[in-house]
Amino acid sequence: MSDTTTPASKGQDFEQTLDQSDTQVASFETDQHTVLERIQHLLHNNPTLVPVIVLVISLIAFGLIAGGKFFSAFNLSLILQQVSIIGILAAAQSLIIITAGIDLSVAAIMVLMSVVMGNLAVFAGVPSGLAILVGLAGGVGAGVMNGWFITRIKLPPFITTLGTWSIFYALLLWLSGAQSIRGQDIDTNAPFLKFFGAAFNIGGARITLSALLMIVVFIVLWFMLNKTAWGRHVYAIGDDKEAADLSGIRTDRTLLSVYGLAGFVCALGGWASIGRVGSISPQSFYEGNLDSITAVVIGGISLFGGRGSIMGALFGALIVGVFRSGLRLSGVDVLWQVFAIGWLIIIAVAIDQWIRRVSA
Amino acid sequence: MTTPVVQARGIVKRYGHVTAIDHSDFELRAGEVLAVIGDNGAGKSSIVKAICGATIPDEGEILIEGKPVKFSSPIEARDMGIEIVYQNLALSPALSIADNMFTGREIRKKGWMGKILRMLDKPAMEKFARDKLTELGLMTVQSIKQPVETLSGGQRQGVAVARAAAFASKFIIMDEPTAALGVKESRKVLELIQDVRARGIPIILISHNMPHVFEVADRIHIHRLGKRLCTIDPKDYTMSDAVAFMTGAKEPPAQDAA
Repeated sequence: MSDTTTPASKGQDFEQTLDQSDTQVASFETDQHTVLERIQHLLHNNPTLVPVIVLVISLIAFGLIAGGKFFSAFNLSLILQQVSIIGILAAAQSLIIITAGIDLSVAAIMVLMSVVMGNLAVFAGVPSGLAILVGLAGGVGAGVMNGWFITRIKLPPFITTLGTWSIFYALLLWLSGAQSIRGQDIDTNAPFLKFFGAAFNIGGARITLSALLMIVVFIVLWFMLNKTAWGRHVYAIGDDKEAADLSGIRTDRTLLSVYGLAGFVCALGGWASIGRVGSISPQSFYEGNLDSITAVVIGGISLFGGRGSIMGALFGALIVGVFRSGLRLSGVDVLWQVFAIGWLIIIAVAIDQWIRRVSA
Repeated sequence: MTTPVVQARGIVKRYGHVTAIDHSDFELRAGEVLAVIGDNGAGKSSIVKAICGATIPDEGEILIEGKPVKFSSPIEARDMGIEIVYQNLALSPALSIADNMFTGREIRKKGWMGKILRMLDKPAMEKFARDKLTELGLMTVQSIKQPVETLSGGQRQGVAVARAAAFASKFIIMDEPTAALGVKESRKVLELIQDVRARGIPIILISHNMPHVFEVADRIHIHRLGKRLCTIDPKDYTMSDAVAFMTGAKEPPAQDAA
């Protein structure tokens, strides 16, 4: 203990020359950064920048190609309206993907809960508010069920949600008798179910409440992920679950809460979808699972977990909407819309991989 | 003599037919660096894991500052002021230095923003992290907000050690802190160990590196075949003696050699 007052010891014999060693840190020609390297760094620090740039470029491009009808306030608000439900699903999906998981059952949970709400409110005479609460609670339950299999039984998220996708889908066909609930029946018995279908006009733009809900969902989740300890833990788990465990995060409990919250957001999307679609159809949003993953991936959120901002998924959903609308207004066949979105996914993941290769 | 910080007696841990810890004793004294050495499979990490709650021993008792404890997880040990620097460091690469230092014990804002919105007090966390790194002479990083993955191996080790030093009130366990580092970076970590000791926090150092062990350790606990073979004072023995004891090439001195 006496040596603590003297300067730190000089160490081993072979280290004596360290004092005279080059004090420069290995630099690898750091000031010779190419433009590409600078871009790579910038994107690494701001992963949401890619979807923002893509969104801006595609807006300009389609504005030039399709002209004024694309850039009208009406069309832009229509895009917002069209992506609102998939956007809400993408918000739920982002939560899961940030933990390095994946959820193939988001759309099934959403449609199942809209059927639950509709059956209760339209056919069983339950007050709409109560029916909606039951549906939202059911969404939490479905999400927790996914989370329970993943954290307690230790099943991979992909397999778990592949299974629950089928289970929820079968349940919703059974509950609905494979029949849609017609819009008129909802209007007469439970108009509150269509609450999010309401809209108001601002200077030619038609803003639906479902579009506003989507934006609110994203802002709330962004706050939770970035400004609370819970959010930091979600990122830490996606980054390196073992390290998160060792640094004292109760990873299983956090994961369970993530799946439960995602289920809740899906059910909220289910309520909004009734207003958006106007009826409750068991066949609707069958591809919603994959569409939500598309939005998340295009939004620059890494499928490997721990990276990306949830706001990216909002931009991702908007990019898909802009492409669909722009190509349609340019008179391009629907199949080329699908074709273009396929390329968007591949390019987005390629850019993610390239950014991850950044070093120091 | 003051009460030892850690005192373990007759610890036993079996995995099926394998006995990982065989009636082993362990003692860490106030203000010292205790190195734990032993051949591969001797059970040196097993005994240390038993002390910090990572494994639960089948038999034996552990006293911390004279009081018997039974940890069921490292989190319980951490709540008592026992910090562990894992060999893999347990850092989240994409999170910032400040975020990493506070994982699992974040500071919330005062008032309604913290209580109702559960908002984090990032400026306070960043300031604390910067102060701790400066104290340990580690503020060579450009920004406390930069992700850990952009740091060098030595800097990452520094963050992990700073985190342990900032929150440890009882003692710190370090598992092979120099194993993955180069000569210069190892030196920095050894200086850190001496720094932390100078603050009066005892350290349990698990290491294979004899020169490093002999340089910083006050006492050396030699583990062999699942139990404590002996404890030696590095000033009285050479490195070849220590290696001879731990491999069984030479008879150990009496238990109370140091």
